[in-house]
Amino acid sequence: MSDPVLAVERLNISFHTRRGVLRAVRDLSFHVERGETLAIVGESGCGKSITALSLLGLVPEPGRVEGDAVRLEGRNLLALPEAKLRRLRGARIAMIFQEPMTALNPVLTVGEQIMEAILEHEKVSRAAARDRALALLERVRIPDAKRRFSDYPHRLSGGMRQRVVIAMALALSPAVLVADEPTTALDVTIQAQILELIDELKRENGTAVVLITHDLGVVAEHSDRVLVMYAGRKVEARATADLFARPLHPYTRGLIAARPQPGGGRARLAEIPGTVPSLFAMPAGCAFAPRCAVAEPACGVAVPPLMPAEDGAVACIRAGEIHVPEPAREALRA
Amino acid sequence: MTVFEISAPAAPAPRARDGLLLRLLRQPSAAVGLTLLVLIIAMAASANLVFPDDPLDMVTQPFLWPGEDAAYPLGTDMLGRDIASGIFHGARVSLLIGAVATLVSLVIGVGTGALSGYYGGRLDAVLMRVTELFQTIPPFLFALAIVAILQPSIPTITVAIGITAWPSLARLVRAEVLKLRHGELVQASIALGASDLRIIVLHILPNTLAPVIVSASILVASAILTESSLAFLGLGDPNVVSWGGMVGAGREVLRTDWYVATIPGLAIVTAVLALNLLGDGLNDALNPKEAAR
Repeated sequence: MSDPVLAVERLNISFHTRRGVLRAVRDLSFHVERGETLAIVGESGCGKSITALSLLGLVPEPGRVEGDAVRLEGRNLLALPEAKLRRLRGARIAMIFQEPMTALNPVLTVGEQIMEAILEHEKVSRAAARDRALALLERVRIPDAKRRFSDYPHRLSGGMRQRVVIAMALALSPAVLVADEPTTALDVTIQAQILELIDELKRENGTAVVLITHDLGVVAEHSDRVLVMYAGRKVEARATADLFARPLHPYTRGLIAARPQPGGGRARLAEIPGTVPSLFAMPAGCAFAPRCAVAEPACGVAVPPLMPAEDGAVACIRAGEIHVPEPAREALRA
Repeated sequence: MTVFEISAPAAPAPRARDGLLLRLLRQPSAAVGLTLLVLIIAMAASANLVFPDDPLDMVTQPFLWPGEDAAYPLGTDMLGRDIASGIFHGARVSLLIGAVATLVSLVIGVGTGALSGYYGGRLDAVLMRVTELFQTIPPFLFALAIVAILQPSIPTITVAIGITAWPSLARLVRAEVLKLRHGELVQASIALGASDLRIIVLHILPNTLAPVIVSASILVASAILTESSLAFLGLGDPNVVSWGGMVGAGREVLRTDWYVATIPGLAIVTAVLALNLLGDGLNDALNPKEAAR
């Protein structure tokens, strides 16, 4: 198997605050292959967005990124000086953000902004950059791209703006695209269109996509593998289809059970009791144990190690015991 | 099958900034300000045509009251100099010093504010202490001291006003930059690999333009006022006529021939008022919420 485009090895992100050291991400390892979408899911504050930022070296002060390596096409980004890192951003690894309005410059036309993204990295004439920017607008399926080229962002709808942001991110055909909740600010039909677009462009270019989301519906339809995070740690990593068919970690099972089901009627949605522990006051053992229905005394003693499970990994000492029984599994599939 | 028109109708898209003049003229006070300013600029531009002679020359008998002699509609001062000619030529000096001094302030203030706000940390601390140092000295006295030490001439007066007026601009720009610095636009630009310079010049400064334009128009007014005050105190360029200098000269005859000081005084009031009205109007017209209407 070829080397993964992006490989993260034992990533640790901590914030040194007056109240103490806050460890936002701990011992996180994952990789993404060419043309693959890895979804990172978890509730607010689990460390998924800060992980996304760390992939581009954008963790804000007073955050500190430590770890063995973040390898992008073999280069360890953690060891690169800022100037070299800057040349990779946008060119080899790009990011799209949640809110397309604030990510665009209100005083430049959308065409000019895409041109600038190209001119920042390549020594090409403005005319050539203009042609490429126009082609990109067409590629992200903006109707009447020629005219839209000289429109200002406020004249575009949210979905159109996000298309422009995607065009900018893909202007230099990066190897990795990090999408941090790219559709949260958009309405549902537009959401589907934007995710379809990302899928399409991924297939055409072989871009690896890291999709940060809390929407399990999005995960199920648009990712190949899933990484579930809880309180800064990876708790489960599986192929998407397997994860939904046989969730192993109690937290993952809770998340999946908490999804609204079509035809579910007016029954109350299942919920996971309790809240995520404060990063300042982590329980000793498994961070999920206080909310877990199947926790036992051993769970509070040591952090459960990641164990290989089926095709992935899970960090739960009871994962082996709590398999969904076979008949029930059949019922789930039906 | 009906194809829905998703994009906007094909009418030429009115850009937000195209309507600026129109939005300005829609406000009565701004329209008055703009008209007065255009009038003063026209006076300055036509000074050499309408009054080809040196305004400091004695042309006729002194103390001609306004209207006394049709050839000198605004009268003459105690040395027999044509006051109308002085007003026209003085407009050039006032506008020139006002504009150039503001430009000097803009360069220093915007530069300092942008660096300070963008980089923060130690650079910010140092630059802000320097700004505070300038702010603690009353700007007029500071300009007075500079002009008194150097020779009073148009360049020294301009520079003196320019380097005393920038601190407020620096603070304004710094605050605006701070607002944008940690916003998604800058973060998205960094994520696309943009350099600091490109981010500041392309993404930050253009978005701070509206308040800067507004305060620049007020700065021009205050520069004109400062120049007049300096000239009033006898620290104007002695080789050119200036409104402030005319007021200063007329002060001695204020009780008998009050028009000598009052006419150039009214010119100063008009210019400063025009710029203030315009600044106010720009403030409203450049407000994006107003623009959206």
